[in-house]
Amino acid sequence: MSAITRDEVAHLARLSRLALSDDELDHYAAQLDAIIVAVAKVSEVAAEDVPPSSHALPITNVYRPDQVRPSLTPQQALSGAPAVEDDRFRVPRILGEEA
Amino acid sequence: MSTETLMAYDEALERFEPVLGMEVHVELGTASKMFCGCRAEFGGAPNTQVCPVCLALPGSLPVANEKAIESTIRIGLALNCSIASWCRFARKNYFYPDMPKNYQISQYDEPLCTDGYLDVEVDGRIVRVEIERVHLEEDTGKSTHVGGATGRIQGADHSIVDYNRAGIPLVEIVTRPIEGTDRLAPEIARAYVAELRELMRALGVSDVRMEEGSLRCDVNVSLMPRGTSTWGTRTETKNVNSLRSVERAVRHEIERQGAILADGGRIIQETRHFHEDTGATTAGRSKEEAQDYRYFPEPDLVPIAPDPEWVESLRSGLPELPRVRRGRLQEEWGASDLDMRSMHNADAIDLVEATVAAGAAPADARKWWMGELARRANEAGSALVELAITPVQVARVCAMVAEGAVNDKLARQVLEGVLAGEGGPDEVVERRGLRVVSDEGELSAIIDQVIADNAAAADKVRGGKVAAVGALVGGVMKASRGKADAGRARELILAKLGVSE
Ligand SMILES: [Zn+2]
Repeated sequence: MSAITRDEVAHLARLSRLALSDDELDHYAAQLDAIIVAVAKVSEVAAEDVPPSSHALPITNVYRPDQVRPSLTPQQALSGAPAVEDDRFRVPRILGEEA
Repeated sequence: MSTETLMAYDEALERFEPVLGMEVHVELGTASKMFCGCRAEFGGAPNTQVCPVCLALPGSLPVANEKAIESTIRIGLALNCSIASWCRFARKNYFYPDMPKNYQISQYDEPLCTDGYLDVEVDGRIVRVEIERVHLEEDTGKSTHVGGATGRIQGADHSIVDYNRAGIPLVEIVTRPIEGTDRLAPEIARAYVAELRELMRALGVSDVRMEEGSLRCDVNVSLMPRGTSTWGTRTETKNVNSLRSVERAVRHEIERQGAILADGGRIIQETRHFHEDTGATTAGRSKEEAQDYRYFPEPDLVPIAPDPEWVESLRSGLPELPRVRRGRLQEEWGASDLDMRSMHNADAIDLVEATVAAGAAPADARKWWMGELARRANEAGSALVELAITPVQVARVCAMVAEGAVNDKLARQVLEGVLAGEGGPDEVVERRGLRVVSDEGELSAIIDQVIADNAAAADKVRGGKVAAVGALVGGVMKASRGKADAGRARELILAKLGVSE
């Protein structure tokens, strides 16, 4: 049994606003499956006494003081943007025709 | 916009019982953003408050703002919540350009604060609103939609985004379903938001300006047929940006859902948008198109484990809470429930308190703020607090009246002068020459003249019709251009006419 189904990949693609063809879906489903199976090997070595964890280090409460630091200039901030209008990031239409 | 059938509010309430739920977002008033050092101030030029962290440039890492954590815990404590001993941030994944990361850092199943309540008062009735959770997240950027006819996202050609707001600390406060409100549902919803706003102000954690979006409210409404106990499908109304709109939005949803249900229809679980101009809501995104945010623990931020001693010190440092404070002030001022309610509704309590602190008698302070000054504010279409007069100045006017230097009529002119920027009360009195005629000789001369000019009235008074003295007092006030002390004038007139009361 595969770790991720083709339908799940299609669902993820839709959430990510990626238009994948049927061929691509087959292709990525197989690749993702292999990746998940490989990563799942970790649980084979995790013994009962190892609790699931989200962080590698047992540290907590890492904060910064509420102090203002210099920001980028708008020119710097927008320098990597594919498109700019009125000092703002210009993005394609958000809602498709169906919305 | 489609015209919808509405059911009269009374009829809807006869047939259905509303169940409310409120989600309030509060932007914290920290100096810097939640995870980076960019300024968190409102209103900067586009994309001037952004950096690699809040733009999600590769290699950048967030670090949590300690003040924001502290403020959230204080909010939780003020709302009688339990504070988590250990919790994490979570990634809320979604693809929408208002966040440059393709996710928002939020909290999911481990909120910082849980299970609290806030008591609100409506028409003398105390309603306990239970709080399910208070969590911390980051605000999103601001999109402007270009090319459509309406400036709305529908039909827009493209959008442009300013990320100054992206990453400002945002606290979300979610209630449990509020049942049993009955026909007061709209007022209770409003009172809840008003009380919450006041609480945030008392805590000093946010400027809570609804019009600038630093307090935003989503209102959930569902209807349950009377005699049943199964909740109906709820809708979530967004963009409710004033206290009045909260009330109107709830009322509108009750009337709209009532009409649909009575007609045998069903309510669709959806997001609706409130329109300030019409007071109506229109359908937005449907929730049936399942949302799937794929939350997972935020790997870039370590868990939050507030030291219990720190939490206790924050608890003991909480200010007096607004409702408790109102009760104390009412007692100190000897004010009626009605007076307190009207001062509260007019946002006058702080002003009256400060005026009393500056030496005025509570009744005098209330009289001027709720009378002449409220009238002026109303005329100018502004809030009381925005008037160009300070509580100390109002207290000075109260003192002038109390010591007889001016009467009420002159005091109104003094207030007018202060509001017009002519200086403080003493300066206005000086410049406008508003002092009452306290010189008995001068007053006596005026009275003699008035008696001479009004012989008929004077004769009536001499003949025992004391009521006729009013005309003479009026004459004295007119002749002195309002500067005479009316009470003293009356006494002198009666004495001169040989009449005693
Ligand atoms: Zn930043």
